[in-house]
Amino acid sequence: MGKVLMKGNEAMALAAIKGGCDAFFGYPITPQNEIPEYLSYHMVKEGRVFVQAESEVAAINMVYGAAGAGARVLTSSSSPGIALKQEGISYLAGAELPCVIISVMRGGPGLGGIQPSQGDYNQITRGGGNGDYHLLAFAPESLQETVDIVKQSFDLADYYRNPVIIAVDGLIGQMMEPVEIDKEVPKKTLQAKDWAADGHSGERGKRNTIVSLHLDAYDLERHNLKLKAKYDEMIQNEQRYELINIDQAEVVIVAYGTMARVARSAIAALKEEGINVGMIRPISIWPFPRKAFKQLPDTVHTLLTVEMSLGQMNQDVHLANNGRLNVEFYGRAGGVVPETQEIVDAVKKIVKGRNQ
Amino acid sequence: MKTQTVYKPTEGLVKRDLTYCPGCTHGIIHKLVGEVLAEKGLLDTSVGIASVGCSVMSYEFFNCDMQQAAHGRAPAVATGIKRVRPEATVFTYQGDGDLASIGMAEIVHAAHRGENVTVIFVNNAIYGMTGGQMAPTTLIDQKTTTSPMGRKKEDTGLPLRMSELLATIPGATYLERVSVHDPKHVRKAKKAIEKAFDVQTKKQGFSMIEFVSTCPVNWGINPTDSIQWAVDHLIPYYPLGVYKDATEEATDEN
Ligand SMILES: Cc1ncc(C[n+]2csc(CCOP(=O)(O)OP(=O)(O)O)c2C)c(N)n1
Ligand code: SF4
Ligand SMILES: [Mg+2]
Repeated sequence: MGKVLMKGNEAMALAAIKGGCDAFFGYPITPQNEIPEYLSYHMVKEGRVFVQAESEVAAINMVYGAAGAGARVLTSSSSPGIALKQEGISYLAGAELPCVIISVMRGGPGLGGIQPSQGDYNQITRGGGNGDYHLLAFAPESLQETVDIVKQSFDLADYYRNPVIIAVDGLIGQMMEPVEIDKEVPKKTLQAKDWAADGHSGERGKRNTIVSLHLDAYDLERHNLKLKAKYDEMIQNEQRYELINIDQAEVVIVAYGTMARVARSAIAALKEEGINVGMIRPISIWPFPRKAFKQLPDTVHTLLTVEMSLGQMNQDVHLANNGRLNVEFYGRAGGVVPETQEIVDAVKKIVKGRNQ
Repeated sequence: MKTQTVYKPTEGLVKRDLTYCPGCTHGIIHKLVGEVLAEKGLLDTSVGIASVGCSVMSYEFFNCDMQQAAHGRAPAVATGIKRVRPEATVFTYQGDGDLASIGMAEIVHAAHRGENVTVIFVNNAIYGMTGGQMAPTTLIDQKTTTSPMGRKKEDTGLPLRMSELLATIPGATYLERVSVHDPKHVRKAKKAIEKAFDVQTKKQGFSMIEFVSTCPVNWGINPTDSIQWAVDHLIPYYPLGVYKDATEEATDEN
């Protein structure tokens, strides 16, 4: 199968099927409804499981049960729904259960709006669930990248025994773009899920338990340290990013998802005016690609974070930069997408201020 | 002299001490569920779900695969397991705070979808684990740590009857309320558990057995008197019996 024109949400749903998803549990919310709608037909046709749950709370706990029983499981939602899922996500992380979560972000707080937003960066990378845990979190820019990441995420979740979350803004969910669904993606060597509580204790010769409870403090600390070793491995191996036009750049934009697409146009426009601007485009947002910041040439004096929020990833940029370069921020909120010209102007302001 | 076995531990429970307070009926209920699973040969293919309450540690006790769920969410977890492992016998073990308060949506919708799982519901009319707070099932005038003057209907409503409530849901197949206050009722309770697991094995849908249970520690009554208190106060408000039996209508897929 070559390239086909697909809507973002449907492409993600199909990619999940191609990635070996056994079961989907979800609850309707805009702007991700095409995902469950697509799966309600295609999963069933493939003889796989589709359940529309009574709430996001129930959906994520169905994910917990099915993942604990060894299945490859997907759920999708949008901002307020992800908020409700945080309890279950914490349990999944604590019990070391693999699953894939897609969040198609919209504006907040509260019911907010339904326009595309990146206001959930903290929700995705810091989480609202309790305890010391992390999710592997990706924020792709194009449909092709999204589809590839969705497919790989089932492997990554199984490999790390940890939830993987893919955060796209509503624009990526809603736009149409040519995409090659069957493009090869890297695979992990996986072990059999001999830990699953799937009702085969007889065959296995021992019973399995899925728990996040550790009443003894030393026992829980040992568990926390085991989880940390896993997170350290992710920090080592899963930082993903793209460096764009950084040679000779004086300003480097840091942007992800749809924002990076707009920034590309701004970089091209500025080049025509003789201003050399580069970009760090985080693809993994947890782990945050700190490695990228070590690769910037000496020509760079300023980092400009651009977000569809009032500055959430910017905190990670500050941490990665560690006081080395000047850091500026430009963002719009509420579902307003900054236009190319706004980014061009923000860069020019920086350059002008410096030359004064 | 001929020896006769009058008691033996069940294969259905792991050989270790239970963590329940002396005289608490959680222990008897565990024993019955374990016995039924063992006698029906279901242990090797079962997955149980421990909920949050005094029975949170039940994943250490039932001798089969177990998952521990968040407070109230056991029926959703059961749904997830059963949908991907339909051949497994799936059951939850939940208290009244867990099932009738925080987990109300999950239990109602599991019944509503007619999930082919079995729920063991242990109603002791109180939040045992957290130290005896009022539950939706606490009786009027019953004193708890959050109803120190006794539960008043004006502020907190009347106690919820879950078997009766679920009986109104078309998806539910088998609902029975039982008690373990004397040997006769213990035997009857075991029959009810057997029935519920048979319903599941025959793929007839959602089954729940509600137990009128005790909490001597938080009721502040000794174990023997607690049994009597359950008989005198709980059972009149929560009458024993079968609240729904739609097994005739349910298509037996076996
Ligand atoms: C989300 C959440 N809220 C509150 C608690 C605290 N909590 C633990 S057990 C419990 C009540 C359990 O009562 P019940 O279900 O009746 O079980 P019992 O202990 O009486 O058997 C509560 C409120 C928790 N663990 N998680
Ligand atoms: S607190 Fe109550 S319900 Fe819990 S084990 Fe003790 S007696 Fe039983
Ligand atoms: Mg209780």
